[in-house]
Amino acid sequence: MIQTLAFYLFAAMVIASAALTILARNPVHSVMWLISSFFNAAGLMIIIGAEFIAMLLVIVYVGAVAVLFLFIVMMLNIDFAELRAGFMKNFPVGIAIALVLLAELVLGIGAYRAGALELGVPDGSAAPILGASNIENIGALMYGRYLFLFETAGLILLVAMIGAIVLTHREQRAPRGHQNIAKQIARQPEDAIVNTKPEVGKGVQL
Amino acid sequence: MELQASLSLIAPEIVLSLSALALLLIGAWGGDKTARMNSIAACIAIAFCFAIVAPRVCAGVGGPDAVAFFGQFKADAFSGFAKLLIYAGSVAALLIAPNYLERVGAMRAEYPVLVILATLGMSIMVSAGDLLTLYIGLELNSLAAYVLAAFVRSDSRSAEAGLKYFVLGALASGILLFGMSLTYGFTGTTNFNAISTVVAGGLSGGAMFGLIFMLVGLAFKISAVPFHMWTPDVYEGAPTPVTAFFASAPKVAAVALLARVALEAFGTQVDAWRQVVVFAALASIIVGALGAIGQKNIKRLLAYSSINNVGFILVGLAAGTAQGAASMLLYLAVYVAMTVGSFVALLMLKNENGDQLESISDLSGLRSVSPVLAFCLMSMMFSLAGIPPFLGFWAKLVVFQAAVDANLVVLALLAIAASVIGAFYYIKIVKVMFFDQPSGVVLGKSDGVHWALLIISTLVISPLGYLATSWFGDLAQRAAATLFLLS
Repeated sequence: MIQTLAFYLFAAMVIASAALTILARNPVHSVMWLISSFFNAAGLMIIIGAEFIAMLLVIVYVGAVAVLFLFIVMMLNIDFAELRAGFMKNFPVGIAIALVLLAELVLGIGAYRAGALELGVPDGSAAPILGASNIENIGALMYGRYLFLFETAGLILLVAMIGAIVLTHREQRAPRGHQNIAKQIARQPEDAIVNTKPEVGKGVQL
Repeated sequence: MELQASLSLIAPEIVLSLSALALLLIGAWGGDKTARMNSIAACIAIAFCFAIVAPRVCAGVGGPDAVAFFGQFKADAFSGFAKLLIYAGSVAALLIAPNYLERVGAMRAEYPVLVILATLGMSIMVSAGDLLTLYIGLELNSLAAYVLAAFVRSDSRSAEAGLKYFVLGALASGILLFGMSLTYGFTGTTNFNAISTVVAGGLSGGAMFGLIFMLVGLAFKISAVPFHMWTPDVYEGAPTPVTAFFASAPKVAAVALLARVALEAFGTQVDAWRQVVVFAALASIIVGALGAIGQKNIKRLLAYSSINNVGFILVGLAAGTAQGAASMLLYLAVYVAMTVGSFVALLMLKNENGDQLESISDLSGLRSVSPVLAFCLMSMMFSLAGIPPFLGFWAKLVVFQAAVDANLVVLALLAIAASVIGAFYYIKIVKVMFFDQPSGVVLGKSDGVHWALLIISTLVISPLGYLATSWFGDLAQRAAATLFLLS
């Protein structure tokens, strides 16, 4: 009973937050509503017993993705009013695409329910440890059976980091306001002052 | 399998990763002045891996003994053969780069690190025994390659090449992943051998879709027609040593990977993918040949030439037999020598200020200016065209032989006919070098490393190369046979 109640609470909050994300006038508020919808989605995941995915939602989506969005919204001066101006014009197209996607979903699930898809049977190579939580199971797989791939994935992230630095980092030049005192003292009047006597109509040679 | 046994099988990969990390630290502390030294250190590391892998290839290791990490990684002779070619290509890319990059002011300590990491990715790709390994290796290689393409930041063409490569490469990776997820969904496993057992009874519609999407993604990586559009632009824009790298090592890796997917995972359903491969082979040969005709830039011409060559390699794959796979490996070996040789020759074309020349008209009358260079380039062109007595002829011969033995006579005939079109533009270059009025712009001097690489690759593809063919053919046959061993 409590579970059902919690489900409807979280589900309603996800939908409400998602709606407010696209309806909020202030883009910063939009991001805040997005974070709220992530949190509630994490709650839904906990209800079905997927704690690991719930943690990922909070850590990755709230901790990284949403913060990134906030940075972008605050640092780039995007005119959201202008972006929103085309909303009503494109509304029918959006609705049409949404309906097509919905139809595909219904057809796909329908076909699956009717048994038209001959899905493969898992070969049991990654069978879960009974009685352990799913975090423990995932950890055991990542650091056991899939150790090699997990470590190599780390190397991919390293390449991404090197790449970002190689392509954007610029060496800092010597500071511009640098004062060379010896050079200033060694400067003589004759280095700086030139006496000229220009003739009329010839101009000055500097 | 014990972890220790698995670790000993991935020794080359461990050496590559550790050397990449060490060189990265040296580069971070020492700055860009360590770049040249790092390149040499990287060459030594790769040569060390070469020495680890070579005995395994000669011994023809395969079967259950060569499987590491629950079948995810296969250190068999097939992967070893491909790795040797990849390492050769990478060493060449490391040796020819410093002069070029220093000239454009882009020699940075990260270059050797990225090349090693790309090599590591390719090393993992060719050893893939699982869809996950395939994808991880491919992405490691691709990401490093995107950065290398855009390595010269001051050159807008280089940046454009990097961006184009990245966007299209990401799309191809997405298609590949989609295919992989369908394959997993409809077979219930990601292991190649397990997939082949599941699909042995018949390919379901979903698995068929998965197979086709995976072929499309991989065809992009080997730049087979109709997924070749990016090749000329990326090859032209990327720094020339990087282009030489792209045209040699990653091609070998992606082709070997395609062979693993086709022959190992879907080896029990050859008819399902043969049509696709036959079409891609013929289309690549024809488009590569026709596209090259109008080119004025040598890098673009070589890009079309590589598309053309991929077509011939796919003819060997289309045979679907061990003989076909062996012919593919042999063609790849000759192709790497020809490609590295052509690009080194291209790097040696400089005007008196030391600026690179890339246009075909600059080649005119090269014979009177630099006879040795002209002769080497002529050998490369004749070999690429498949004219005896150069080794390129033998490579084409074994591929066609495999196709004919697999009853693909029409495919072999059409490919031979189309290779005549390709001969036209290769011979045109020879004509420009030997019979046109000297333009007299190629005056720059090149250092010993370039000369050494050029002479070595010319010797490999020269008639002298035939002395090694029986030994080499045997090696490739044994390597290809390990692909058909059940493990």
